[in-house]
Amino acid sequence: MNAWLLSILIFSPLLGVLVLMFVPSNDEKSIKWLGVLGTLFPLGIALVVLSAFKMGGEGLQLTEKFSWISYEVFQSKGQVSYPIFYEVGVNGLSMVLILLTAVVSVLAAIASFSIKQNWKSYFILFFLLEMGMLGVFAAQNLFLFFIFFEVTLIPMFFLIGRWGYLEKEKAAYSFLIYNGVGSAILLIVFVTLFMKTGTMNFEQLAYTFSLPQAELNQLFITKGFKMGMLIALLVAFAVKLPVFPLHSWMVRVHVQAPPAIVMIHSGILLKIGAYGVIVFGAGMFPDQFKSLAFIIGLFGVINLLYGAFLALTQTDVKRVLAYSSVSHMGIVLIGLAAGNESGMMGAVFQVVSHGLISALLFFLVGALYERSGSSELSAFGGVAKRMPILAGVFLAGGLASLGLPGMSGFISEFMAFLGLFEKMPVLAAVGTLGLILTAVYVLRAVLAITFGAEKELNETRDLSSSERVPAFVLLAAILFIGIYPAWLSDMLRPTLDAILLGLGG
Amino acid sequence: MDLDTLLSFKWSVMAPEFIILGVATLLSVIDLFMKKESSRKPLAWLAGAGVLGALAAIFMQLDTEVTSILYDTYRLDSFSKAFKILLLLGTLLVLVLAASYKKEDIEENRGEFYYLLLSALLGAMMMASSADLITLFVGLELLSLASYIMAGLERRNKRSNESAFKYVVSGGIATAITLFGMSYVFGLTGETNLFLIAQNMQDPELLKHGFLLMFAFLITFAGLTFKIAAAPLHMWAPDVYEGAPVPVTAFLSVVSKTAGFVILLRFIIITFIAAPGIDSESLLLEVQPYVMILAAATMIIGNVTALRQRNIKRMFAYSSIAQAGYILVPFVSNSSLLFELIWFYLLAYLFMNIGAFTIIQVLTAQEKSNDISIFRGLFKRSPWLAVPMTFFLLSLAGIPITAGFVGKFGIFMGALGLEPAHYWLAAVMMATTLVSYVYYFNVIAVMFFRDGEGAKVAVPSGLAAVLAFCAVSTVILGVMPDLALDFFYGNFDINEFFMNIEAVDTHTHDH
Repeated sequence: MNAWLLSILIFSPLLGVLVLMFVPSNDEKSIKWLGVLGTLFPLGIALVVLSAFKMGGEGLQLTEKFSWISYEVFQSKGQVSYPIFYEVGVNGLSMVLILLTAVVSVLAAIASFSIKQNWKSYFILFFLLEMGMLGVFAAQNLFLFFIFFEVTLIPMFFLIGRWGYLEKEKAAYSFLIYNGVGSAILLIVFVTLFMKTGTMNFEQLAYTFSLPQAELNQLFITKGFKMGMLIALLVAFAVKLPVFPLHSWMVRVHVQAPPAIVMIHSGILLKIGAYGVIVFGAGMFPDQFKSLAFIIGLFGVINLLYGAFLALTQTDVKRVLAYSSVSHMGIVLIGLAAGNESGMMGAVFQVVSHGLISALLFFLVGALYERSGSSELSAFGGVAKRMPILAGVFLAGGLASLGLPGMSGFISEFMAFLGLFEKMPVLAAVGTLGLILTAVYVLRAVLAITFGAEKELNETRDLSSSERVPAFVLLAAILFIGIYPAWLSDMLRPTLDAILLGLGG
Repeated sequence: MDLDTLLSFKWSVMAPEFIILGVATLLSVIDLFMKKESSRKPLAWLAGAGVLGALAAIFMQLDTEVTSILYDTYRLDSFSKAFKILLLLGTLLVLVLAASYKKEDIEENRGEFYYLLLSALLGAMMMASSADLITLFVGLELLSLASYIMAGLERRNKRSNESAFKYVVSGGIATAITLFGMSYVFGLTGETNLFLIAQNMQDPELLKHGFLLMFAFLITFAGLTFKIAAAPLHMWAPDVYEGAPVPVTAFLSVVSKTAGFVILLRFIIITFIAAPGIDSESLLLEVQPYVMILAAATMIIGNVTALRQRNIKRMFAYSSIAQAGYILVPFVSNSSLLFELIWFYLLAYLFMNIGAFTIIQVLTAQEKSNDISIFRGLFKRSPWLAVPMTFFLLSLAGIPITAGFVGKFGIFMGALGLEPAHYWLAAVMMATTLVSYVYYFNVIAVMFFRDGEGAKVAVPSGLAAVLAFCAVSTVILGVMPDLALDFFYGNFDINEFFMNIEAVDTHTHDH
């Protein structure tokens, strides 16, 4: 059973697609419930995977490997084959992200109840998207990673362009083109690495690049080559993360896409960028990564401050949250730049924590939009009186976002900055300004909505029971990680230690 | 040539060509004696049966060793077998398209169409098997002349007339250019047999004529880019694609293009592989920059111009130019990957392009328009057309889990696997691919995001079968490309391409 477990998990959303095919497309109720069931099924398998996963175990677990494609090349040295395998596996880091994917998908599926039309094609695309995301984190070679990476692009394009708000098509195109640039660079890097080394496997590549330079010279791999590859990779993932100045598409997507899709997008898809930087950047080119650490940290601080400043000036709550995501991704970069254990841990914690928090906040904004038809800050006021539960959860989410102790946001910011202060104190000191700004813009937005003069809304119904499930589950997860971070850090430690070993502490 | 010599040839190696020739003759005779009013549809099935027979003949030849007959002008090797399969498969699908083509104008010329199509196919097959300049050129002309007529088959349609005219004129120029270049090759080496030319290229005397050789190469190469619709001779494609009936357009974009690559590989690679350059020892290495510029220019022109097209057939013309640019990239990779990469890409291209043209044919016939707006709301109206069309477009754009992606991936391997790697060419290819996203996804957006009126689209069963076959193949080759690659490695030994069989020497002195 265990031998196939991961593949079953990755492709389990396809079962939902299959079932949906036979449901009449106007049967709204069954489609929506099947949509939720279809994501619960992968979540169940993810939990089975988690139980099969040995906590604290080193290296990859639950691996699968099959021969897939093989190119035969005749060269001067004779016939060389370039095999590509189907290989998947999980380590602590990918296990955490797979869990995050499975959980956020279920909640986003529940949030999709507000979708007004074409439910069937919506959920089919939704399942394909989930398959892509699960695959990205389980893939153990560049080719497979790239394929799943692209599989997430296409459903997203449709989901934004068809079910989004007013300027949805523009947003869908800018999503496609920006991410297309990213994946174009990725593909060039991946193929180059493949042709140089003859392998696409993460571990084998990392091993090859750690060989002494004399041996590498025979493969035409110079230090400059490694640096070039790393920079290309960083640029490609910077689009995804997104790093200033490559972030404009992401704000557009956050404003225009339907709330459930934004939950997925900011909750998981942005994290692929961070995952890529950790696994490919720090994992494969540790020496070069270390020498770029300051620049990465600098971009982190720029992201943090720039996002926070812009979030401060927005009048639309969706834009506030979008820029807050830009800002929070800066913390991931800061942690990575630190390159020590607390920094790394902080970066990954931020990935998970921001995934949960932004999913929660976008879900609530979606609920607000449904009630008022607007997401302008000026349209709201005094929500706490009429809708106490919604306002309460919103406030709690906001506090988590600004890093209140006891919530997940605090742990990640604390550790990331702890790491950076050890390595680059000046940069870290500048960065802390961002934390103050964060407190200001979060409170500004949250308070403007929940307190103050009461504004007329179309509807003032509080969170319905189907809306309470995602809200409470996410909030509980945020609190759980905030109070008991050891659960997460135990799972992550072996993986991060291996990467840290490469980075030399 | 006496009877004994004639009988001594192993004519069986030409079985596929004989079948096509026989069926084409038969069709023309039947067409002659058929009543004017009666339907020509049965002819399509007969032609299809002929193509299937030829395909079967090739599959029976898969184990045959390299054979050369007719004084080494005709040659059966892995290369010819591999590419003839593509030519035949493409023609077979085009025949189904043609049989379902509902245009009154073409009706009275239908019979003509089928045997012209087979003649063109015969020309293309001859090119795949040629080992001599003369037969190569005759094959090329047979294909071209038949194509010119087919492009103008809708006699009462002005656009069709215009397209045929433009095609003939520019085709004539291209032929002249090709022939001019070939004359230099002949002049410098004194031979018409490709392998003897290759032998004579090693003559130290030729070192003195480096510039002439370079000139010969560039001229011939430029002339041959006509058939594949690559820069600089790509201008005909949009007009001809737009004016010609859809099955003919499909034929030109798939089969004729494949034939163009066949002659490029046959002629350029064999004859020039041993040619000395001006400064270095290899001409092919020295002309690489020029070929790269041509490939880059083709990709840029095709993709950028396609952005502005509102007419779906013109858009596909430019897309087809762009695709030719991609397939030119392996030409500079100089590795043994070259053949399998081009073969695989052309196979993928065959499925995705014929699939797309099937849908274009159905829609243009129903809506009586070529504007992209005919795709409006197609997903709502006919999801069973919109979904396969999406796969074809994704494949043309090179998105994973489609054959087009695997093809592009292979081309990247060829370009980046060298030392030093052709980063800038790969970058151009990637950048233009991104540009292509805009116009391919535009069609997808029109199908899915816009609402449009219009009736449900009825698809004739023949076309539905082609559609299903192409869609399934596009996806299967994307998920399991090894099906095609293993077939290629298992049955074709591309070393045969260069193998100069002994027969060459023994016959040389006869003429």
